[in-house]
Amino acid sequence: MSNTDGYVTEDGRTIGGVVMEMKNITLRFGGVTAIKDITFDIREGEIRAIIGPNGAGKSSMLNVVSGFYVPQEGEVFFRGEKRPPLKPFEVARQGIARTFQNIALFEGMSVLDNVMTGRLTQMKAGIVSQSIWRGKAEKEEVENREICERVIDFLEIQSIRKTPVSRLPYGLKKRVELARALASEPKLLLLDEPMAGMNVEEKEDMSRFILDVNDEFGTTIALIEHDMGVVMDLSDRVVVMDYGKKIGDGTPSEVRNNQAVIDAYLGVSHD
Amino acid sequence: MPDQLIYAIEVFFNGLMAGVLYALVALGFVLIYKASGIFNYAQGVMALFAAMTLVGVMEGQVPFAHLINAVLGTKVHHFGWHLPALVGIITTVLVMVVLAWLVQRIIFKHLVGQEPIILFMATIGLAYFMEGLGDMMWGSEIKKLDVGLPQGINLWIDETTYNIFDYGFFIDNLDIVATVIAIILVSGLVIFAQYTKEGRAMRAVADDHQAALSVGVSLNFIWIMVWSVAGFVALVAGIMWGTKSGVQFSLSLIALKALPVLMLGGFTSIPGAIVGGLIIGVGEKLFEFLVGPLIGGATENWFAYVLALLLLVFRPQGLFGEKIIERV
Repeated sequence: MSNTDGYVTEDGRTIGGVVMEMKNITLRFGGVTAIKDITFDIREGEIRAIIGPNGAGKSSMLNVVSGFYVPQEGEVFFRGEKRPPLKPFEVARQGIARTFQNIALFEGMSVLDNVMTGRLTQMKAGIVSQSIWRGKAEKEEVENREICERVIDFLEIQSIRKTPVSRLPYGLKKRVELARALASEPKLLLLDEPMAGMNVEEKEDMSRFILDVNDEFGTTIALIEHDMGVVMDLSDRVVVMDYGKKIGDGTPSEVRNNQAVIDAYLGVSHD
Repeated sequence: MPDQLIYAIEVFFNGLMAGVLYALVALGFVLIYKASGIFNYAQGVMALFAAMTLVGVMEGQVPFAHLINAVLGTKVHHFGWHLPALVGIITTVLVMVVLAWLVQRIIFKHLVGQEPIILFMATIGLAYFMEGLGDMMWGSEIKKLDVGLPQGINLWIDETTYNIFDYGFFIDNLDIVATVIAIILVSGLVIFAQYTKEGRAMRAVADDHQAALSVGVSLNFIWIMVWSVAGFVALVAGIMWGTKSGVQFSLSLIALKALPVLMLGGFTSIPGAIVGGLIIGVGEKLFEFLVGPLIGGATENWFAYVLALLLLVFRPQGLFGEKIIERV
């Protein structure tokens, strides 16, 4: 696949050019190599999945993309430009939003306030204007609020808008976290195990939202998941990792028939 | 009305005013604790340092004069100017911001993720360092601070109460000014925290570091900001206490007065710091007035702690602190 042209997905959508490119990424923690020389790209408008058994290095990979880890080797290109090692908050300001495997929400705030924090980096009004609540700040606040309300409607969490997040059940918390990430209108959305710990019904809801978000807002999404079934249904292209190495990359049907992938998931005798 | 009751009312109001000053110091603690989980033992010394710097700048003292003279053999002490209070205050605010930046840069940046006790001990070190630094920069003698705040008995209150009760209340003008300034300061802080982008980011950081990072908030920036604001609050407290009783070492001990206030109000609550301060202020003055004579006086030194300890038995999180519920 060339770097400039898009492709057509299995369900007939047209995918654009490369948004994010990871080149020969290697990440070590002391003597442990979590990621070994991995190269892959994420294209505009696609749902890209990273899968693999436990400990394969999926989360580490996502943390490299979002700037929480800095790889020892390799290069990261975002929207055609080489990205220097950035702090996580700088990556977020570039338009890469994320959720966490273990949910990182502001427990003390309401759902709406949580979602509004997604707009923090978009606020430009001066501190005086914000304090007296006039002029630019007022206009900005209204706009930001509209965007947040739209996201809240979209994810069907209107009824809990004013509820403190700490009182919500797990599945809803995950959805609020997604809402906060969406509120920033990200150019790339990273989801770290969006369906971990959910029951079947919640998983179906979440899958539907991920597809709808991609469809409605055209958001580019990269997600990690180890539930093979879910991933194959959701994603346009899949990277498969095992022991820190990339063992497969392609459409779900390509990956499904890849012998190395089957071995990694089903186990194979090493003789 | 019986005399005793009239005196008690006067004592009550004086207690309220004293409480405002305690609250101001406690507020500095709450700000830093809320945003970074650091119990800043150095808050009292920051108030002292800010007050010393203010006097030094206004009086045109040469900082590090002793050191410079000892090394270079010169005899410089004063620049020979007297600056207006406003210039002094602005300069001191800038100094406190630089200090906040240095504290974050040199100490706490390297201690991210450490145990709270380690952070606490670092602030003890910071307290003693700043005490020494203050002495080295401005000298350790007792200084008079006068930024033009009115002082002495408020005659209007004195006359009005005399006409009503036949007894004039003694309320210090400085206490009234302190109260007004504290109200403005607290309202400002609340508006800042609720409505501004920086304030919201501050609350976000206080709640969850990872989540804050993921929405594009720089932890470093917020922490420097919080230490700067705490430095500013320390300056206000320093001005009030310094004007009242002179800028001297004992000023740093007002931090110890803030402790029971925090125990009472909760370490994470701004309203708690205010209400806690008022309760302690009124409580200790009234207790001294009513019970003090019966048990030989000097109750003000310990009353606040006993009150706070009693409350701890019933509400360990303080009056306004976040309730700790643990699922078993």
